[in-house]
Amino acid sequence: MSSYLDTGGRGGIAGWIFSTDHKRIGILYLATMTGLFFVAVVIGVLMRVEQLVLDPPLFAPQVYNAFFTVHGVIMIFMFVLPGLGAVFGNFFLPIMIGARDVSFPRLNLMSWYAFVAGTVIVFVSLFTGDGAPDTGWTFYVPFSVRTGTNVTLGLTGVFMLGFSSILTGLNFITTIHRLRAPGMTWHRMPLFAWSLYGTAWVQLLATPIVGITLLLVIAERVFGIGVFDPAKGGDPILYQHLFWTYSHPAVYIMILPAMGAITEILPTFAHRTVFGYKAIAYSSMAIAFLGSLVWGHHMFTSGMSEQANLLFSLFTFLVAVPSAIKVFNWTSTLYKGSIEVRPPMLYALTFVFLFAIGGLTGLMQGALAVNVHLHDTYFIVGHFHYVMFGGTGVAFFAALLYWFPKMFGRTYNERVANLAWAPIFVGFNLLYFGMLVLGYMGMPRRYFTHLPQYHTGHVIASVGSFILAAGLVLFFANLVVALLRGKRAESNPWGGVTLEWRIGSPPPAENFDVIPEIQGRPYRFNPEVSE
Amino acid sequence: MTTAAGAHGGHVDHEGARFGMWLFLFTEILLFGGLFILYAAYRARYPNEFHEAGGHLDAVIGVANTVILLTSSLTMAASITALRTGQRRRALASLAGTIALGVLFLVNKYFEWSGEIARGFYPDSPLLAGRPQGEQIFFGLYYSMTGLHGLHVMAGIVLLAVMLALVLRHRITGGEYHKLENAGLYWHLVDVIWVFLLPLFYLAA
Repeated sequence: MSSYLDTGGRGGIAGWIFSTDHKRIGILYLATMTGLFFVAVVIGVLMRVEQLVLDPPLFAPQVYNAFFTVHGVIMIFMFVLPGLGAVFGNFFLPIMIGARDVSFPRLNLMSWYAFVAGTVIVFVSLFTGDGAPDTGWTFYVPFSVRTGTNVTLGLTGVFMLGFSSILTGLNFITTIHRLRAPGMTWHRMPLFAWSLYGTAWVQLLATPIVGITLLLVIAERVFGIGVFDPAKGGDPILYQHLFWTYSHPAVYIMILPAMGAITEILPTFAHRTVFGYKAIAYSSMAIAFLGSLVWGHHMFTSGMSEQANLLFSLFTFLVAVPSAIKVFNWTSTLYKGSIEVRPPMLYALTFVFLFAIGGLTGLMQGALAVNVHLHDTYFIVGHFHYVMFGGTGVAFFAALLYWFPKMFGRTYNERVANLAWAPIFVGFNLLYFGMLVLGYMGMPRRYFTHLPQYHTGHVIASVGSFILAAGLVLFFANLVVALLRGKRAESNPWGGVTLEWRIGSPPPAENFDVIPEIQGRPYRFNPEVSE
Repeated sequence: MTTAAGAHGGHVDHEGARFGMWLFLFTEILLFGGLFILYAAYRARYPNEFHEAGGHLDAVIGVANTVILLTSSLTMAASITALRTGQRRRALASLAGTIALGVLFLVNKYFEWSGEIARGFYPDSPLLAGRPQGEQIFFGLYYSMTGLHGLHVMAGIVLLAVMLALVLRHRITGGEYHKLENAGLYWHLVDVIWVFLLPLFYLAA
């Protein structure tokens, strides 16, 4: 049986962009998203350069505003939000549950087109009209209504990206409900699939809220409907409520599949079944549920009522519980395992470390009194980069290293992958721990310049960003070389036990000759020892 | 593989397609849900102004449009039942009737909006600028919500027109009626949303 890489009917690029094969669509996402990631990395590094060259500033303040807006929009809406779900979810969800494709393959391709269309519109908005959007990725009113920059077009693009996310979620939920192989009960599903299931519900139910909110900002700009305009009796705080009603759950859209991928990698390299299967599965659902009730913690300083503040603070602490359950389960999975630290495992363990810092700094901000001090400082920037980049980003790298041989049928140079880890880890912590400290000292976010007392911290963070960027280049260069010249991969190079490791590398076009019959629970590394 | 192809052979998974349609309807409800929440918040803040502003709307047209949409849901359901029981001509007639009623709704809407705009009730209008803030918000929400709903009616009409073409070409038949049924679900949702818009705006006075 020929692999999905060399079948498809049409040759060349058409065979890819018109293919409804979930694996090819996963690769399409991987290619587009990686490209966009590097665009945003470059912008991020430019922002760090700006903080080194203060007088006169290297880039005008308005340019800096556009930088952090575009960096945020690309990283959030085009990289971490589709994230592991769009790439590895598309590629592996059907395989892991023993299906030949997702439920709606054409809809799946359409969501990639929506993604590309949204991306193109956002990029067009940067170079047309009266300047690139300068609102930050949060598009807060009233500024987003009053600024003369090209916000309307940018919002239209983001709306399209949301549409793409909704369609993917819809597809995954239906696929998991309808297409599990015979014998694949809910409790026999791999945990990556469980995490995608929780994620998909959030994508489906929360994204429409931000959709309508952004449409209302557009309507406000174009027609002046007044719902967010204080001059007409509107309330900007309601914008914040609606925006975060989506955008906080969106954080869990970003992190849940990352946690799912880590849950696949750790047992494989500990050669031991995952500890607390059900606890991990249900904590995904609990995170999806509780994560939808915490949005107000972005608004503690906005003048909400004290009762609302207290409740949102309480829920924020509660959502840490299922997240911590996962961390404990991962640690317990390692206990008495025979741990083999190969590149995917190295990055997965790094995820656990960085995510723990991200999570704990999040709790600091969930405390009401501390939040007032930390609000809108570099501390929050450091925190969410620990979660989004140290969490989702590093998990993305781990998943890429884990599944690369399966996806492309090639092996990469493991030593270089390990080598790239060092600058990524060191640079990352210099940059973002530096930001945590700067923020605690009082450095506000989104300023193109800073006071002299923050200069040392900024220099450290900027140097960290250069080291980090060098590591990222080495990491991806290694994979590109592997893609072109790597040795042929075996079908199961790591000794994994989920279904994707039982088919060829790269997988055949139809995934399975015969749909497998599932006999027992996943992660049985010693089937003869019984469950 | 085409839409909703099952894992076990190539047959179409109708159950899955309907499941997917329901999920899509959830997203539509939440899309409007954001607006309904704003309505609730502002109505609680400006109860008297909303009462006053509702009086400027034409309740007769609002009720007439409600009757039209409810009737169209009836013809929609009739069309599906007729197709399933082998009465193809009746199914086509009912479907065409549904489309016609949808168009009639939009025609009414056009005259209604034109009338209101002519009387000076539109966002950013000089007339509204001189009136209390709550009334400005009321009309902002009125145009947003009925406008978004109107867009959905338009999308529904296009969808039903495609269904009509598919029935004519025997691509949708008494045995393979599921696409029509899913289109019907969408149409009913658009109808249900209107049923909530009527009391919130036209009967607010």
